[in-house]
Amino acid sequence: MAQAIAPFPEVAHQHVVFPDGLALDCGAVILPLTVAFRTYGTLNAARTNAVLVCHALTGDQYLAEPHPVTGKPGWWQSIVGPGKPLDTDRFFLVCANVLGGCMGSTGPRSEMTDAEGRGLGRPWGTDFPQVTIRDMVRAQKRLMEHLGIARWLAVVGGSMGGMQVLEWAATYPESVFAAAPIACAAHHSAQNIAFHEVGRQAIHGDPDWKGGRYWEDGRIPARGLAVARMVAHITYLSEQALTRKFGRRLRGAPALTFLEDVFEVESYLRHQGSTFVRRFDANSYLTITRAMDFFDLAAEHDGDLAAAFRGTTTRFFLCSFSSDWLFPTSESRAIVRALNAAGASVSFLEIASDKGHDAFLLEEPEFHAALGGFLRGAAEKAGV
Amino acid sequence: MPDAPADIRYVAKNMRLDLRLIAEMIPRGAKVLDIGCGDGALIEHLAREKGADARGIEIDMAEVAKAVSAGLAVIHGDADHDLAFYPDGGFDYVVLSRTLQAVEKPREVLRQMLRIGAHAIVSFPNFGHWQMRWRLLTRGRMPDTETWNRPWYETPNIHPCTILDFLALCEMEGYAVERWLAVDERGLKAPWRRSVRLANLFGEQALFQLRRAS
Repeated sequence: MAQAIAPFPEVAHQHVVFPDGLALDCGAVILPLTVAFRTYGTLNAARTNAVLVCHALTGDQYLAEPHPVTGKPGWWQSIVGPGKPLDTDRFFLVCANVLGGCMGSTGPRSEMTDAEGRGLGRPWGTDFPQVTIRDMVRAQKRLMEHLGIARWLAVVGGSMGGMQVLEWAATYPESVFAAAPIACAAHHSAQNIAFHEVGRQAIHGDPDWKGGRYWEDGRIPARGLAVARMVAHITYLSEQALTRKFGRRLRGAPALTFLEDVFEVESYLRHQGSTFVRRFDANSYLTITRAMDFFDLAAEHDGDLAAAFRGTTTRFFLCSFSSDWLFPTSESRAIVRALNAAGASVSFLEIASDKGHDAFLLEEPEFHAALGGFLRGAAEKAGV
Repeated sequence: MPDAPADIRYVAKNMRLDLRLIAEMIPRGAKVLDIGCGDGALIEHLAREKGADARGIEIDMAEVAKAVSAGLAVIHGDADHDLAFYPDGGFDYVVLSRTLQAVEKPREVLRQMLRIGAHAIVSFPNFGHWQMRWRLLTRGRMPDTETWNRPWYETPNIHPCTILDFLALCEMEGYAVERWLAVDERGLKAPWRRSVRLANLFGEQALFQLRRAS
């Protein structure tokens, strides 16, 4: 087992180990491969009601239950349950921690192994091979086979989760009856890469990062990781949402004194940063942001996004949010047009929301109704 | 002169009458694209009752939300900008109901429809109806009728045409008219199908089925 890196609590995660490992896009082999996952609902006798939910950059497999580290509700708790869009009376939900993550699946915090899979007594750290979104999907495919599921009724996810959904549909079309990539894009834009790079530089610039070998003295680059989270968090919100939630209000003062004033928005971001470092590993953050930056589904198909989906029988549901400037509607529309060119069955709508990219995780009844309707329609068509 | 439509027997329930007429023109199991599909009433009917692979495009987001929540393959988009992305011959039928007069480039939209579909079904309000002519003649003002009920400065119907105008465009573009009929405002078939000139005078709405002449 990987050694504990203070101050992370060692948490036991439900997982499966694949001793034969996983060959990655970069040519390296992860040996063995561990995939941590959670399931909700019941797999039917025909094994046809399984829905894979893919989490975003800083999400994890704790989709709809209290988080073992933070104690907070699951990240998509509000849409999971009996009668909810992700209906646990009807569907068997599977959610796995991504490859490269830090909640039990093989990642930079796991014990480094040699070519024969022997433990080296130290974490991978920055020696962890660069993984791609497709590698993450391949790891999930192994879990799917382990669970005895031949075809997902649906694969659903937002943001980086949506990238995985697209990759699933492109790489294993026969394994995906319906696909719901939400608030995402077929490639990471220059602007998004730029924001990620600011976050990575903040981590690299923290003296406690120590070139990635921070586990050696049990410290973490908390300052750098918190700044990375703060920058990223701004990109998840919108100008309107920040104005609505904070405006120019000060914490503990009615008016500017030009002394120790702290705007509420500053205080909020600092809180976001400081809580994040207690649950997330800096080297995982570096690995996963890089995987997102590398994602370019069209490039995997000679620059033709439609070619990624040609001949597909998968049904698609795409949804974007009007104030999301990280993954704007134009990105979803480009995917819709490629799917149309490929002759695929597509539903697509933009939800009017001022909540920015985060809207996909928040209370958006119209989005929930549409996702639920799409999944019910798919289940009906699949005879589930 | 194009033929009158074949006898139409099947009548769908709970659907706008003009959509029923369109549904009757589409054979079982067809692959259909409905442009301006609203809440998806026609494609839902075609999918359920006729086993069609029916998809839709709609510009009004509230209508798209309704359709998608009903599990229909409807995308937000519009005739002028989204048709170009569909492959040649991807559909058996492409439907444009009561929308042609409101698009930016009706001629291009028709071209796209007959590029991506083997057949196009198009309905539009007939600007040649006698009431339009009479009101323009007697009042000298833009007509204000049940169909043309918005003032000229805010009507979305920026490209009105008459049945004769439409037939002339079809001839110019080389489209074969497979069926046509004139209907009244409620979508009931009007009895002027033997004479285009009478239809152009008395038909409030026109419904055409076209294909590329080859």
